[in-house]
Amino acid sequence: MTTPATLPVTSNSDVVLVRQHVRTVAVDVGLSLVDQTKVVTAASELARNALVYAGGGRVRVEIVHNGIRRGLRLTFSDDGPGIPDIERALTDGWTTGGGLGLGLSGSRRLVDEFDVRSAPGEGTLITVTKWAR
Amino acid sequence: MDRVPVLKLGDILIVSIQIDLQDQSVLALQEDLADQVVATGARGVIIDITAVEIVDSFIGRMLATIAAISRMLDADTVVVGMRPAVAITLVELGLSLGGVRTALNLEKGVALLNHLEGSKIASVTR
Repeated sequence: MTTPATLPVTSNSDVVLVRQHVRTVAVDVGLSLVDQTKVVTAASELARNALVYAGGGRVRVEIVHNGIRRGLRLTFSDDGPGIPDIERALTDGWTTGGGLGLGLSGSRRLVDEFDVRSAPGEGTLITVTKWAR
Repeated sequence: MDRVPVLKLGDILIVSIQIDLQDQSVLALQEDLADQVVATGARGVIIDITAVEIVDSFIGRMLATIAAISRMLDADTVVVGMRPAVAITLVELGLSLGGVRTALNLEKGVALLNHLEGSKIASVTR
């Protein structure tokens, strides 16, 4: 698959496909093994969030540049109910979905850049970037 | 859906996860293991994650849940073969798997279970 690519997140098997594609691109970008593992894990958390909280969504996977640095950017978007209180959603242990409450807060620690845009009724857009070192 | 096979070796059940786990496979494994622990009277469960490239919060919680269920059914659980990158990522994610015993490899996992069983017998006879 080429980049950029947009993958659907509408089922559990899509979450597995997202992980596999993100891994492939992370290798292409030149991320270290630990950084590959971190960004694939973050992708898994965010894809599952889109599935659990919004009933599905999509992710755009692209390679980005900053000078000579290369990075991997993932943009998750969904048309779900949105996040009413982003601050709270980013707190460790806070969950409305019966999970551990680590998906969003944990993912933020695993990447270099993390941005959440959401409003009630307007879906959620989460952009994360991991730069090669 | 792929099912993860549960192997029996003496009174230990061994599960080696070789596939990229879907959530349904994870839930099926939990049930299969609980059934097998009771059916075989196993005293230990070893989960080998040597081939597992990532452990996210869902899979991490599954490991903790299996350990808790096994404990209730009188069996100890040891997770073996965690990759260094997986360990680093799990801690950063905020999931340190406090209730789950780990060993570096299968051999050390079996030794740990034998040791645990030995101390159980010792505490009964004392």
